[in-house]
Amino acid sequence: MTKQLNGIAASSGIAIGKAFILQEPKLCIEERKIDDVLSEIKRFEHALELTKQDLVMIRDSVKMKMDQEKAEIFEAHLLILEDPELVDKVKVTIEKEKINAESAWNTEVQTIIGIFGQINDSYMKERAADIKDVSKRVLLHLSGQQWKSIDWTAEEVILIAEDLSPSETAQLDPGVVKGIVTDIGGRTSHSAIMARTMQIPAVVGTKESTQLVEPGTIVIVDGLEGNVILNPSTEQIKTYETKRCAHQKIQSELTRIIGLPVQTEDGFRVELVANIGSLIEVEAVLQNDAMGIGLFRTEFLFMEREQMPSEEEQFQVYQAVLTKMEQKPVIFRTLDIGGDKHLPYLELPQEMNPFLGFRAIRLCLERKDLFRTQLRALLRASVYGHLKIMFPMIATLDEWHQAKNLLMEVKEELLCEKVPVSHDISVGMMVEIPSTAVMAEQFAKEVDFFSIGTNDLIQYTFAADRMNERVSYLYQPCHPTILRLVKMVIDAAHKEGKWTGMCGEMASDPIAIPLLIGLGLDEFSTNPQTILQTKKIIRALTREEAQHLAEKALSMATSEQVETLVKNSARTPV
Amino acid sequence: MITKTIVVTRKNGIHARPASQFVKVATSFESEVTVIKNGKSGNGKSIMGIMAMAIASGEEIILSTSGVDEEQAMEALENVLTELED
Repeated sequence: MTKQLNGIAASSGIAIGKAFILQEPKLCIEERKIDDVLSEIKRFEHALELTKQDLVMIRDSVKMKMDQEKAEIFEAHLLILEDPELVDKVKVTIEKEKINAESAWNTEVQTIIGIFGQINDSYMKERAADIKDVSKRVLLHLSGQQWKSIDWTAEEVILIAEDLSPSETAQLDPGVVKGIVTDIGGRTSHSAIMARTMQIPAVVGTKESTQLVEPGTIVIVDGLEGNVILNPSTEQIKTYETKRCAHQKIQSELTRIIGLPVQTEDGFRVELVANIGSLIEVEAVLQNDAMGIGLFRTEFLFMEREQMPSEEEQFQVYQAVLTKMEQKPVIFRTLDIGGDKHLPYLELPQEMNPFLGFRAIRLCLERKDLFRTQLRALLRASVYGHLKIMFPMIATLDEWHQAKNLLMEVKEELLCEKVPVSHDISVGMMVEIPSTAVMAEQFAKEVDFFSIGTNDLIQYTFAADRMNERVSYLYQPCHPTILRLVKMVIDAAHKEGKWTGMCGEMASDPIAIPLLIGLGLDEFSTNPQTILQTKKIIRALTREEAQHLAEKALSMATSEQVETLVKNSARTPV
Repeated sequence: MITKTIVVTRKNGIHARPASQFVKVATSFESEVTVIKNGKSGNGKSIMGIMAMAIASGEEIILSTSGVDEEQAMEALENVLTELED
């Protein structure tokens, strides 16, 4: 029975293949009293043995695929199973307390995970995840189940799962996994980000794919439209095969412009950089030949955890990003988060309107300890590459002063502690609150650069939530109002010899790009996956024409008029 | 039993591969292996123990081996701790 599931397009491309369902096994770790200690210990040893065999198989198959790094992870897992301290302690507990192996094992494992959690090292945190993985396997064997993880297959598959954990996504092999479908999640969940970075077509948020898909049946993943087709007809397979080839062709054509300069036909150059939110995405930034990172969202470090990330933890990530990017500029945006996200350790108030509330720079200026920690980590990392800093959600000049002064204070503090800090750090701000666009001339005197966050700027300007289906029609990037605000900001910056970039989605919008070139935007920052496309469009323009277009567009009254103008102009490859 | 104070010069300390390597080498010998850092001691054959010690590059530890092959063990383990390549 052919069926279509609708979800969220998380990673572009088309994939056609056999379904492999990732089942989350059910584990039961209740404590039970036992009578026969010896046979319980034997049961425990047997489970360990089975787990070891699993891991040896996986390690060897991974080694064959020449992935030495991954093989070492499983090597470490094997050592955990053989750890005398761990194994002996569990046996002693079984004997002394006369409880079941599951419970004794789990208690020991939790203790170790606790110890590792205390160590302020991102590497150690990952090892805690390893221990959890190994522990799960042992518990499964104790319960008589076997963990059918993705390592078991050699043939190409479409992976169907409720969601993919970070450790599961880390183990994905793009040679084997041709497409991904999940029940839950959105464009910014870990699995979506990984899928994009690994260039595997993915559709997330389908709600019931794991229930509806039969293992081994054919599935089509349309990562462009966000659809999944189960048991497609021969017709459909043909159609999608054609679509897939067409998409591949476009992608490979785009790779041909890697290495070419980002300049218009008449030689006008701009910076083309990337927006990312995690260390793993740096790979995609480099693959797509971005000139730098125009927005590094630091929020992910703070999300989905029980405690504040320490200065050391933050420092390690910032340093790792800068090191990997070598001398290419990286603009870190300080914490931009609020009550809409679940952050238990911040104890944020419940607000009626979190997007107009206590968040981002407002939060940071009040919780100075939090802000200082982040600033210290950033400044310490500054000597490892080309670091720049920008503040989000600035509304007034006073906020800018406070933030900048605090940064300078923290810098002094570090220098007094004899900690090396770069002396060449550009400090700028996001332009997302309309008041700053209106007052751009004043701000331009003080900042080193602007980065226009059009996603929020447009929402605040038209007072409409783009996620609200009833009013999302008011989210109009190419409306003359927005163009005027952008122009104000760019002109103000240029008057003071400063530059303006844009990190909102408008920067990769094919209709907007010619206008932005015409208005004089200096830097385009887009998702890694749209960089080459953006470059292609810029390279097909002339600045002269773009300037004419922009001038005309500014005099128009509606978005439709602007769009028609751009679409009708000869040069734009829309 | 032989005891030696060693400065760990392994580039990234005893994390990841070095920890696994250390434990593998330690386990290959019959001798007991003990690592002491800052007064805390751990079983050199325990991967959990070694990783939890979080031995950083430049740190000083006391390595102790005891058994039939204690000399070979000491030599092999010292190599792991001071190997410059990572």
